[in-house]
Amino acid sequence: MIVGNRKPLEEILEMVKPYKKILLLGCNECITVCAAGGEREVGVLASELKLSRAKNGGEIEIKEHTLERQCDFEYIDQIKPFVDDYEAIVSMACGAGIQYTAERFPGKVVLPAINTTFLGVTLEQGVWSERCQGCGECILHLTGGICPVARCAKSLFNGPCGGSSNGKCEVNPDTPCAWQLIVDRLKELGQLENYEKIIEVKNWSTSRDGGPRTRVREDLRIPKDS
Amino acid sequence: MKTKSNIERLLEKGEFVVTSECGPPRGSDAEAVRKKGNLLKEVVDGVNVTDNQTSVVRMSSLASCVILKEMGFDPIWQLVCRDRNRIAIQSDILGAAALGINNILCLSGDHQSFGDNPKAKNVYDIDSIQLIHTVKTLRDEGKFLGGDELKGTPSLFIGAAENPFADPYEIRAMRLGKKVKAGCDFIQTQCIYNVEKFSKWMGEVRERGLHKQCAILAGVTPLKSAGMAKYMKKNVPGMDVPDSLIERLAAVPKENQAQEGIKICVEMIRQLKEIEGVRGVHIMAIEWEEKVAEIVKAAGLSPRPA
Ligand code: SF4
Ligand code: SF4
Repeated sequence: MIVGNRKPLEEILEMVKPYKKILLLGCNECITVCAAGGEREVGVLASELKLSRAKNGGEIEIKEHTLERQCDFEYIDQIKPFVDDYEAIVSMACGAGIQYTAERFPGKVVLPAINTTFLGVTLEQGVWSERCQGCGECILHLTGGICPVARCAKSLFNGPCGGSSNGKCEVNPDTPCAWQLIVDRLKELGQLENYEKIIEVKNWSTSRDGGPRTRVREDLRIPKDS
Repeated sequence: MKTKSNIERLLEKGEFVVTSECGPPRGSDAEAVRKKGNLLKEVVDGVNVTDNQTSVVRMSSLASCVILKEMGFDPIWQLVCRDRNRIAIQSDILGAAALGINNILCLSGDHQSFGDNPKAKNVYDIDSIQLIHTVKTLRDEGKFLGGDELKGTPSLFIGAAENPFADPYEIRAMRLGKKVKAGCDFIQTQCIYNVEKFSKWMGEVRERGLHKQCAILAGVTPLKSAGMAKYMKKNVPGMDVPDSLIERLAAVPKENQAQEGIKICVEMIRQLKEIEGVRGVHIMAIEWEEKVAEIVKAAGLSPRPA
């Protein structure tokens, strides 16, 4: 899933300073699962904003609304009937959802309440961890199912570096060294000979480096009337 | 001989080579490079020039190499993968060769979070093993990574670093094998304090025949005090400092610990020299370059062969 963090209250307060009526828009997908921008978090942020405003002798009207998704127009369009009653939208979706909401309402100010961080998994309740960077050319079959692009601080393809120590990464003693995990897993799979193969320089053109990416499935497209 | 490198020449003659290190200054003063160079002149066979070590911004490694070259050194140009993509790397390699640099040391580089610009973006387009292979491809095949042929190939003696003490231990010798396969001519190791563990690693290296395919220079760093030894043990990832060494240093009065550290270093060099497959020593006396001459002499490695 896509994981994000809610921005600090002060930063959001600063962004909404000019506005008295805002639409606070949550998303019911990944950002709900990682407890950053779902219905619950929308409620919490709305109360915090109102309290702060009141403390400073001001007022703010907030409409709380959580969409099924902010990455599909059909859901975003559900706010059409009332969106114009508000001066700005504060979106609690991931970076994709925030942008798509803005794209749908070009004349509306759309502000981000979430810092989108990574593609990851739930390790345990309340703990999420990065797994993938969407490089566009997966090599997990070579690395025992552990991604060196996302999980090695240097994205080394032939690691580990000399800083790997007691299974931890040189960058942070709380972070496992991806290459220690890879070697352990290859051993467990009886594939340590894979380690001896040199992984060649990566083609980064399938990644963000090649420019923004679009995926098309022609067979699924609805033909446009000519 | 593949190159005009001084250390390659000496290794081919069967000499036990001695290299040391010179960290460029945190400013644009060429005199600072020369001053350090003067401390090493005629003391060693080659001088490594670090590339923004520990991610702290310093004068460029290549520029410092050229200054040392003008003084008569045969510099070993360190190049890290942290700051450059494959375009800049290949271009810098050609430029270095054109400036008369004969040796390159291919490194991943410390993560930027250790340095003075922790908010920087890192590059890591290619890693150190891929870098070794890149240099070899340019030199031996006369081809760019993109496949085009180049006019005038860079003749560089290719080195890499290896840490026999980093984890996971079981792949350390295998990893050296990957570097040799990629095209490495020589290796300088991380500083060794645990000679026993290093010998064990060398045993595995010999078992694989790697010592015959690339020259292994054992790294040493003199300890200035028991405090420094403790600090390194605790804070430098992948550093193995046995307690017996720390105790030995702590047992002498503070003002004599530095001298004891030098003594330990000299003893260590003598031990390392006896290990089959060790072809030289790399003395990293960081901000203590003035002691290198003393160490080399006490270890019986002076004067250096012509
Ligand atoms: S190799 Fe690429 S696609 Fe596969 S997990 Fe890693 S970043 Fe994601
Ligand atoms: S310690 Fe491991 S995870 Fe960290 S940068 Fe080095 S190889 Fe990558």
